[in-house]
Order: sequence, then C-alpha cells, then structure tokens
Amino acid sequence: MSSSMSIRVPLRQIAHARSGDKGNRSNLSVFAYEPAHYDTLRRQITPERLKEHFGGVLRGPIRRYELPNLHGMNFVMDQALEGGVNESLNLDGHGKSWSAMILALEVEIPGTE
Amino acid sequence: MDMRNTYRIGTGAGFSSDRLEPALDLLRHGKLDAIIFECVGERTLAFGHRDRRADPDKGYNPLLERRMRAVLPLAHAAGTRIITNMGVANPRAAALHTVKIAAELGLTGLKVAAVTGDEVNHLIGPDTHLLEPDCRLSETGREMLAANAYLGIEAILPAIEAGADVIITGRVADPSLFLAPLAHHFSWRLDDWSTLGAGTAVGHLMECGAQITGGYFADPGHKEVPNLAYVGFPLAEVSADGSATITKLAASGGLVSQRTVKEQLLYEVHDPGAYLTPDVSADFTQVGLADDGQDRVRVSQANGGRRPDQLKVTIAFDGGLLAEAEISYAGPGAAERARMAGDIVAERMDNLHHSNGPTRIDLIGVNALHGSAVAYDAVAQDVRLRCAMRASSQEEAETLLWEVEALLCCGPAAGGGYRGHITPSVMTYSAFVDRGDVQPELEIFAV
Repeated sequence: MSSSMSIRVPLRQIAHARSGDKGNRSNLSVFAYEPAHYDTLRRQITPERLKEHFGGVLRGPIRRYELPNLHGMNFVMDQALEGGVNESLNLDGHGKSWSAMILALEVEIPGTE
Repeated sequence: MDMRNTYRIGTGAGFSSDRLEPALDLLRHGKLDAIIFECVGERTLAFGHRDRRADPDKGYNPLLERRMRAVLPLAHAAGTRIITNMGVANPRAAALHTVKIAAELGLTGLKVAAVTGDEVNHLIGPDTHLLEPDCRLSETGREMLAANAYLGIEAILPAIEAGADVIITGRVADPSLFLAPLAHHFSWRLDDWSTLGAGTAVGHLMECGAQITGGYFADPGHKEVPNLAYVGFPLAEVSADGSATITKLAASGGLVSQRTVKEQLLYEVHDPGAYLTPDVSADFTQVGLADDGQDRVRVSQANGGRRPDQLKVTIAFDGGLLAEAEISYAGPGAAERARMAGDIVAERMDNLHHSNGPTRIDLIGVNALHGSAVAYDAVAQDVRLRCAMRASSQEEAETLLWEVEALLCCGPAAGGGYRGHITPSVMTYSAFVDRGDVQPELEIFAV
C-alpha cells in the first residue's frame, strides 16, 4: 500500500447480504467477504446511511448489531414492510429483495495503487 | 467424530412449498435419525386458516398428501423419525390423513402423533394488546379467525417418548422441531440453557432447508453455486454438546460454506444475542465457524439463557379480498403510458367508485418492489402496470379488475396482456400470552 488513495466500489464487490422478515419488521445481514473489509462496512454502512437512501420505505427506527467474529452486521428495520407479508399490497411483502438493493450502495475502500 | 454419539438430522422441507426429491435423497442416502419438514410461516399459517374455514377437514399443508406418499415408505425403511408442522391450522386432520395414506401403502406398526394446543383463541379477547400495529385487538375492526401460540419442545417431547414415528404439529417455533429430537437423544435438561441454545442454533440453521446449502445465495459473477438446479437439502451431524457439522449429500447440487452458514445464521434474526424461542433465549454472538472438509462447516459456541415467560401468538384476521389486475406497455414512453394508466385507475376508483381503500399502483420493471426507494426510470421499455387493493366486497374487487381491463380500449396507447384475479386474504398480527396458560395436547394414532 503506497498511498492513502481510496476507490469507490459497489458494496456488492466486498460484501454479501440476506434479508428476512417477521411481521412488519425486516432484518438485513451484511457480511464482508474479506475480514479486512469488515471495518469499512462498520464505518460506512450505518443505520443513518440506510435511512438517507431508503427512508421513503424504511419508515421506522433502524438498529444495528455487530458480529465481529463473523465479520458481519445485522440491521433490524421497524415499519419497513408496509404492514408485513399478510397486509402489504407490495408484491414483495416479505422484503426479500432488500438484500440485493443494499448492495448497490457505494463504499470507499483503500486503493492499492 | 464418534458416530455413536452423533445424531444425524436432515431437513425435508424448509417452507410450505419446498421441493420433494431432495428430501427423498436424504432419506435414501443420509442415514438419518430424524427428518424435519418445516412448512409453516406467517403467510402459510394464514392460508391454513383460510382453507380450514372453507372446509373443516382441511387447513393442513396442501402438499401433505404428495409428501407423505413419497416419504413414509422411505422413512419407515430407514428407521427415520419424521417431525413436521405440516398440520398448520389442523394437525389432527393432517394426522388422520397420514394414517389413511400409511394404511393404503400397506405400512404397519406405525405411530402417528398429532400435537395440538397451539390454538389459543380462548386466551385472546377484544382487549388483547397487539405488538404491531400497537393497539388493542378491537381497534383493528377486523374479525379474528384464530390465534396460534408458538409451542416449543415441551409439546413435542411427549410424542417422541411415546415412540411416535411421525409427529405432526401446528404452530411450533421452527428450531424447536429440530431441538426436540436432539434434546431427547442426548437427554438435555430443559433448563440447560447453554446446550439448548446450541441446539437451537442448529435448528435455526437447518429450518430453511436449501437456504444453507446454496439456495437463496447464488449471484452470478459474485457468488457462484454449482448445480443449483439440483440443490441438496442440509444434513447436520450433531454432537452431545450441541455443536454440529452442517453438510449435504455429496451427489447433490449446491454448496455448504462459511458464507452460506453466516447468511442463514442471521436470517430472520433480530438481536443475535437474544434469539427468543419458547425453549431458550439463544445467543449467536460468539458462534465459531470452521471448515471441516468439502461442503462441511463446523458450528460451535452458540449459547443461551433462560427461556421467555411468555409465548408469542400469531393472530389471524379476515383480510377481505385481495384484488390484483395488470396490463403491459412496451416501447418508447412505456413507463409514461403505464404511469398514466395507473393514474386513471386510481382516479376512477377513488372519485367515481368511491372505493373503500387506496389502490396501490406499481410499475413492474420500474419501481414495483421498492417504490420511492429507487430513482424513477422512465426509459424502461417493457413495463407492466399492477393495480392492487384490499377490497371490502366481491363487487368492489371486481370493479378494480374491470377498470384495469377497460384500459384496453379507454386507456393510453398500446396496452396489452390484461390479467386479473381476486384472492380471499387473511391478515396476521402478533401478541404474547403467559406460558402457563398454554397446554399442549397429544393424540397418537396407530396404523
């Protein structure tokens, strides 16, 4: 590493994710492929960032749990599913597609020059 | 690994409509002590109540007939116990039907158990507090159909102790279906929170079937999965301390890796330090994963604390009729024409027909799944308009379909491919009841 240059990449390049539901609450787990990128995730993929990008849909509070031994995080998003699978008129009432949506966010990672 | 002290447990279904042949492969080649068919979710429990309402002898998993016909002879030959929540809203009817199938197949000496007591309508009233939408039940203005408490291993263990070969439950916490035979085999105490937490982690990892063997994982170019078309279902080799190796049959498609295990470990989990089931408050925060050969991941160090004093209840309500109607637009300006068509439907439903609820308008191919969360893409050239509403009457539902179909002549240019359908719907909310008020029951039928 010869400089402090950083590059912007889609989150999809350094992380994988899965989402699930319970009632009107959605959970989204995100894991760094490489342990070295866990800190990038932790710093850049925050509840505030999710609110900023997806606030129109993620209407309630968002909590984040960190799992350093798995190099991952779990987001719990209240009031995120328009009522949940049995109430929402959304085709994806489970919110299954969230995990793919989040991977479009960009993150800055150290450049290798 | 000491095989005598290893319990081999497989997943035969991870959801109500799961595939069948991976389960049959596991029964033929997995040398399983038990196979679990997990078939109930918030959505499918609601369907079960809808079905039982239409026919008191139904309300169990619609695939039970086909599954049992294929599975019973193989499980019988292999000496594998079947545990399933395929009873959904009617475990007794499911057990009786299973007995009938077993008899037709000429299987004898079979004990089929129905575990009930999860239906707790008598514990729910107008003043019951609903977690979401955080109100009293009476404030929903909807008719309650049924209330089901999540039962735990205490409901299943008596059936195992009675020697049941097939155990059919209704609403049981998914991991408990796996934990019960483990706790029985290893004689785990019901207050050994740490070990029950470890066993619950195994159950949680296994409960969604292929979601830990490469299903729900593939992303071409990023996460490759071999032979996904023939993905195998998981098999856990569980040790007496609750640690386990997650694997699959070598000949099946898919993969088991630390990545697939991690994704599943947190699936539908909120606080990873307190995953609540009727049996334990499981703690996944210290879980350790280690590679243990091809498609083998060792899972250890899950932990647990005292179980909750209350049980979660899913309450189903009549949700009226779900009306959905669609029409497509293609070529330049497709998104604008679809948007215009949607605006016309919404305008007429609101102001001409004075419909009861709002009409949802989605442009499939543009913004259907996440609405305003993504930028509006007007350059899309293949857009399907979807209009949906929860109607209070058949006539109102039909009106929505009629309005969308009428766009064929009266709407924007070049709309085609109309489809519409009306589905009875059930809504669900959650509440809590005291554990002591819920009494599991057991009936055993012999073939």
